[in-house]
Amino acid sequence: MKVSPSRDPHSATPSKAARGGGDEAPAPGASAAGEKTPIFRILDVDGTADPKLDPRIPAEGLEIIYRTMVLNRLLDDRMLTLQRQGRIGFYLTSTGEEATHVASAYALEKTDWVFPAYREPGAALIRGFDLHKFICQLFGNAEDTLKGRQMPNHFSAREIAFVSISSPTGTQIPQAVGAAWAAKIRGDDMVAITYFGEGTTSQGDFHTALNFAGVEKVPVIFFCRNNQYAISVPSKIQTAAESIAVKAVAYGIEGIQVDGNDVLAVYEATRRARERARKGLGPTLIEGLTYRRGAHSSSDDPRRYREDSEVEEWTKKDPIDRLRRYMEKKGLIDAKKDEALRAVITEEIHAALERAEKVAPPPIESMFDDVFARIPWHLEREKREYLAWRAEHGAPTDGHGAH
Amino acid sequence: MPVMNIIQAVNDALHHEMGRDDRVVVMGEDVGKFGGVFRATVGLQEKYGADRVIDTPLAEAGIIGTSIGMALYGLRPVPEIQFVDFIYPAFDQIVNELAKFRYRSGGQYPCPVTIRTPYGGGIRGGHYHSQSPETLFIHTPGLKVVVPSNPYDAKGLLLASIRDDDPVLFMEPKPIYRASKGDVPEGEYTVPLGKAATVREGKDVTLIAYGAMIPVTAAAAERLAGDGVEAEILDLRTLLPFDGEAILESVKKTGRAVVVHEAPRTCGFGAEISAFVHENAMLHLEAPVKRVTGFDTPFPYTLEHEYLPSAGRIVSAVRESLAF
Repeated sequence: MKVSPSRDPHSATPSKAARGGGDEAPAPGASAAGEKTPIFRILDVDGTADPKLDPRIPAEGLEIIYRTMVLNRLLDDRMLTLQRQGRIGFYLTSTGEEATHVASAYALEKTDWVFPAYREPGAALIRGFDLHKFICQLFGNAEDTLKGRQMPNHFSAREIAFVSISSPTGTQIPQAVGAAWAAKIRGDDMVAITYFGEGTTSQGDFHTALNFAGVEKVPVIFFCRNNQYAISVPSKIQTAAESIAVKAVAYGIEGIQVDGNDVLAVYEATRRARERARKGLGPTLIEGLTYRRGAHSSSDDPRRYREDSEVEEWTKKDPIDRLRRYMEKKGLIDAKKDEALRAVITEEIHAALERAEKVAPPPIESMFDDVFARIPWHLEREKREYLAWRAEHGAPTDGHGAH
Repeated sequence: MPVMNIIQAVNDALHHEMGRDDRVVVMGEDVGKFGGVFRATVGLQEKYGADRVIDTPLAEAGIIGTSIGMALYGLRPVPEIQFVDFIYPAFDQIVNELAKFRYRSGGQYPCPVTIRTPYGGGIRGGHYHSQSPETLFIHTPGLKVVVPSNPYDAKGLLLASIRDDDPVLFMEPKPIYRASKGDVPEGEYTVPLGKAATVREGKDVTLIAYGAMIPVTAAAAERLAGDGVEAEILDLRTLLPFDGEAILESVKKTGRAVVVHEAPRTCGFGAEISAFVHENAMLHLEAPVKRVTGFDTPFPYTLEHEYLPSAGRIVSAVRESLAF
């Protein structure tokens, strides 16, 4: 089976600009069309950081980032298993991409807003999203904030300004622009970040959002997780552009390509983008080059369109392993501590699962709430009639969708 | 009390609300410096500044998508779609996002956007400046659809729409933008959403219409009166949620109903009203509900006067109902 060669940031020789410079050296911007986009990297695969570019995240911060990435990874593994067992209906993993959303979210303020796609649970977790709520949403049960209305992984958490997830790709991008624009109008210190895959950059909403944001110098960060596959379609046939970052030139905004598996580079690029936004310098398009090690979703089988060997190559570039090596060099972790940490997290997940699985489905009446602020008469009537029918005939088992 | 046309009433409402509520932001193509291609937003940018009255790039998806983000953050955006015929690039944002935000977030994120957009034909606009696609939006749970037919209602309903915590599609009947004139109180008042207005009382037949079809329906009623047939006219004003109580009350009185809309017949709003009346007032009906509508064709240019419901076609429909 012919498989397109993946774009491998580790085989590209980083340009001088990516490696050199002082502590405040500017990260390489997007180059003009035709030129190779330089990639920004700080941490090597073996855990060595460029001392001139190392953002020197304090130990506590590194531990939070590491812990969250491990939680994300173990959660993904466990929940995918649950789906295979039929205990949840669907799941989306972000295996291998954890650094893109965890490290970038770490660079934000609590008051910043996040407009996710559907593959960034780590961004919510590092902002303090309650594991119980996350798992209840997978079950769509009575303690799901969303009252069982949406598919798994499509959660929404106002308490951490993690807005809302829909399945159509890219719709969140102009919305992020709008929210940041509103903050600018109000004079609030708020920078919005929005995440999306490289496939989504083909959507009209991507184009229109970057265009608006450029014109109005909106304080927004566009973070593209280039994980190289849009379900089965490789990035090479998603766009003729040399990179995603280079598209920034078309909108008159900043663009940068970073090694998406490099926690330090992802963090630093996001931090600088936030600073630029706050200074009124407008938006930044960050392209995090990474790889989707898992399937698109639990409904996908990637062996039908790519080789295991490609996946294995990228497993060697695991972002969690890379961060751990960096932390080992700093004496912040060792094999024993790591094992203990993973055991604790595994137990946390297990306990959360046990608790969530006991919760009942949402009450039927709740299906009719929140369509509007107040239920209109015609919907009230539908609800009344259906509940009466149901009281007489019981739960429907002879239509589609009966569980 | 000043006499205004619909455009002036809309403009007055926007001035009033922007002065009253600093969260209100107006945005769209040509709405700022130019004051809007129909002059609906004249004077707003001078008064409230370019921060709050925004000339956007040419992209309906961007206008609506960004206005959603603004509403989520706490503003009250009133984006304009220059002609409803151009709303479709924003259809995904409206149907899949705007209409569903409150529901899909478990009530955490209301999205109070009011989309203003001119609709309707008879102005030599052809396919792309004459459409009446309200049912596409009525059929989308989570969206309210409002259609004023006169200046008084235009101002009152627009103020009510902007203040509503739910998203509203406010469709303005552009063929009568200037022809429809009436008294419009200065300052504060609203017209409630979800309530129809009885424009004319009568005992023989209920004519149900909205927007630019109201004057045409009124002309039909005048001709019928000449023949001793007294028609009651119900101006729906809000299409979703529609005033079912008012409809049933009138039909139970008259026993006959004719729905008039310029939108195409199949799955037009008349189909919903007809089903509703039959389901709820069957035994009160002397005849099936009739519909006088645009044809199931794209809106034509030269023959638009043949396409649009006329007073004559409404009169004929009433006569058929009477003869049933």
